[in-house]
Amino acid sequence: MLMEKISRREFLKTSGALVVTFPLAHPLAEAADKGKPAPAKTVALDQVDGFIAIDSRGRVTVYSGKVDLGTGVHTALAQIAAEELSVPLEKVEVVQGDTALTPDQGITWGSLSIQAGGMQIRQACATAREALLAQGAEKLGVSRSGVYAKDGRVMVLGSEKGVSYGQLVGGKNFQMKVDAKAPLKPPSAYTIVGQPVKRFEIPDIVTGRFTYMHDFKVKGMLHARVVRPAAMKANLLSVDDSAAKKVPDYVATVRKGNFLAMVAKNEWAAIRCADGVKAQWSDWQGLPDKAKLWDYVRQTKVVSDEVFQKVGDSGAAMKTGARMLTATYDFAIHTHGSQGPSCAIADYKNGKLTVWTASQATHLLRTQLANMLGIKADDVRCIYLAGSGCYGRNGHEDAAADAALLAREIGKPVRVQWSRADEHGWDPKGPPTLLEHRAALDASGNVVAWESMVYIPNRPKGFEVTLIAADLAGLPKDTAFPGNIHQSLAIPYAFPNIKATARWLAETPFKPSWIRTPGRMQNTYANECFMDECATAAGVDPLEYRRRNLKDPRGLELLDRLARLANWTPRKGPAKASGDIVKGRGVSYIKYELVRTYVGAVVDVEVNRKTGKVRVERVYMAHDCGQIINPDGIKNQLEGGVVQTVSRTLIEDLKFDRSRVTSLDWKSYPILTFPDVPDVVLDLIDRPTERPWGVGEPGTAVVPSAISNAIYDAVGIRMRSVPFTADKVLAALKTA
Amino acid sequence: MASTLTLNVNGRTHKLSVDDREMPLLYALRNDLGLQGPHFGCGLEQCGACTVHINGKAVRSCRFPVGKAAGAKILTLEGLGTPKKLHPLQAAFIEEQAVQCGYCINGMIMQAKELLDSNKRPSEAQIKQALANNLCRCGTHLRIVRAIKRASEMMA
Repeated sequence: MLMEKISRREFLKTSGALVVTFPLAHPLAEAADKGKPAPAKTVALDQVDGFIAIDSRGRVTVYSGKVDLGTGVHTALAQIAAEELSVPLEKVEVVQGDTALTPDQGITWGSLSIQAGGMQIRQACATAREALLAQGAEKLGVSRSGVYAKDGRVMVLGSEKGVSYGQLVGGKNFQMKVDAKAPLKPPSAYTIVGQPVKRFEIPDIVTGRFTYMHDFKVKGMLHARVVRPAAMKANLLSVDDSAAKKVPDYVATVRKGNFLAMVAKNEWAAIRCADGVKAQWSDWQGLPDKAKLWDYVRQTKVVSDEVFQKVGDSGAAMKTGARMLTATYDFAIHTHGSQGPSCAIADYKNGKLTVWTASQATHLLRTQLANMLGIKADDVRCIYLAGSGCYGRNGHEDAAADAALLAREIGKPVRVQWSRADEHGWDPKGPPTLLEHRAALDASGNVVAWESMVYIPNRPKGFEVTLIAADLAGLPKDTAFPGNIHQSLAIPYAFPNIKATARWLAETPFKPSWIRTPGRMQNTYANECFMDECATAAGVDPLEYRRRNLKDPRGLELLDRLARLANWTPRKGPAKASGDIVKGRGVSYIKYELVRTYVGAVVDVEVNRKTGKVRVERVYMAHDCGQIINPDGIKNQLEGGVVQTVSRTLIEDLKFDRSRVTSLDWKSYPILTFPDVPDVVLDLIDRPTERPWGVGEPGTAVVPSAISNAIYDAVGIRMRSVPFTADKVLAALKTA
Repeated sequence: MASTLTLNVNGRTHKLSVDDREMPLLYALRNDLGLQGPHFGCGLEQCGACTVHINGKAVRSCRFPVGKAAGAKILTLEGLGTPKKLHPLQAAFIEEQAVQCGYCINGMIMQAKELLDSNKRPSEAQIKQALANNLCRCGTHLRIVRAIKRASEMMA
């Protein structure tokens, strides 16, 4: 009889308080349960055993370096593996982001979990299936061409005879390299990939039985709260913990440089200790004046200019145009705003560190923690547990660093839970982004020259974002890298002269990291707003104007489908409607990073001329990511991405004074709520024979520009500064 | 000074010893009783992730003193239904796949239960209004509204 899929919760019930992250059936489970180091399993990227194991009952364990951040990739990766191996989906379990068990497939970012991570797993599974077929044929005494794979068995063609994978390889290693040429199953034979399989975690989540990072417990663990500096780079002058020491269950005050934390036996006591400690901090006022943020960005020291797209000679052509257009766009600093503040647990024993974390980058975190503590990466194990959605590098890694430092100082397992103010105030931020565009149009309205420049923080070598604990405690730290935020500045349109330049800046006010669609969102926003301005100047319908300048058949097909979906009619400039509430619609298009997913959006807005409030009523989106693995997973990502980006575009703006972030809760940093959520209407273009591309980011990239263009269509003002708050819209209406 | 109090949670009585009767109920539920439905989101009654029912009313447990909860009837997501015996709201959330990271979903379901207790067939606008103070950062709102609508139909 087949074993039912063991859910994590059921596993927890059988394994007691200490929780491990791999299936019960796995031999490593016992070792981890006793806190022993796991026996060696290869995590090599070129080995089949790096990615999959099949036990004697034929159960498949997939080892994925990419993790499910609430995006559904856990289920989608299982679909890919089950399909390619020809095993029932319920026999596949996925272990995610455990540095002792999973290959380093890179950070879970850039919408690459399926496109890159999933394809590595697919190829490993194809290699394994071919090996099983060859082995099975031999065992069954028939030729290789006389067998096929079905339901976890190697079957003899035209017969009921077969042998199970469990009998062939169960519990043993494949000990073979991933064969890049192993034949993939033809998509016409798919029964699992392409299906809207329901996500594995949801029954446990909706019944309160799912174990998030925040729910996880380790025997004997203590609880800590970190006391953050009163000003971002203030020095800790003195600590008076006499009141905190009176709290029952107080354990310790840990002070290392500017790192201050209170440790207690239970969580509430840790909070009371943190509230009770009196810390004196030096004055620090190094942040720019928010009212002059864009002057600050423009005046920041330039490291270099780097051209990312060059067609023809834009400088010369710029002088030949009949009309010249210029526009400046800016995009506010945003916080990730994870619903659950970051949390981590660390245990440091005998020079070895184990960290349980919701990090999107467990392998990178491992080296960062090793550097911080001055130990070998081999002595650090990071184990992923799902956290609250992060949409980029939020506080998860920093909470892990807090816990690691405290675990070493205290000598016992320590759980660190950030407060809401910690998360809003101290998660790394998407940097402020300024863009300048100019174009020359000929007498017929065609663009003869297009130039763009984005002002963004410089990319040092390496991919690390500094850990706050290392920063505060004066421990070795890595350099900051905000992601490939120059991407998608290059445009998909066939203009004769183009120059797209990134101006790398020497500094930025807050620790920069990637937040959903980093750079691509800001760059696409400016590009697609400016495209609309060119269309208006040319007197051409904005959708038609894009069509005219696209040569890519796949892109053109997408725009056609978008026009049909939204029932697009040519726009004739701002409506001369009367009344306070005016409707408008705008369009936007992207081929993500010019090499992958195609997306187009049409947005319907209502602008209240009296209050300045913009309401996004509906978003139509056509989406082509090649092969679809799970259509419902894609819809969920697109709906969510749209809603989140409408929120970012309309209302989100980090507030700060000269010393610190001041928007430390949901009142001072509001996000979109139910009454203001738009409808989302989707058209998914499935291309089963193409390779699959990413989903989470591309769909969001087109949203801010489509909203800005729709506002213009409604009331004739160009919103060039995100967010489009009621105040800004009202001010623009008054000067229009 | 530690004191003992009695909590009635999901139909069962628990005795626990607390140092501080002002401790929010959330910490007793999560850390003393080991429940994983209610989540810590803000500690400020701003997001709803910690929502439980006290005597039939949706309450933010992140600020509700445990001392005041003694003797009251407390219901958490775990008490609403189990994977084997789902409450219609839980079944509908699965059917609509109304989850992304899922961290807020406890609050969405518990808030929706309060709505459906008093209004069996709410309109879409009424659902949105009832959940106006529950935050979701992933943007799962549309699915959540559909799930609550579906649950109300299932319960009719």
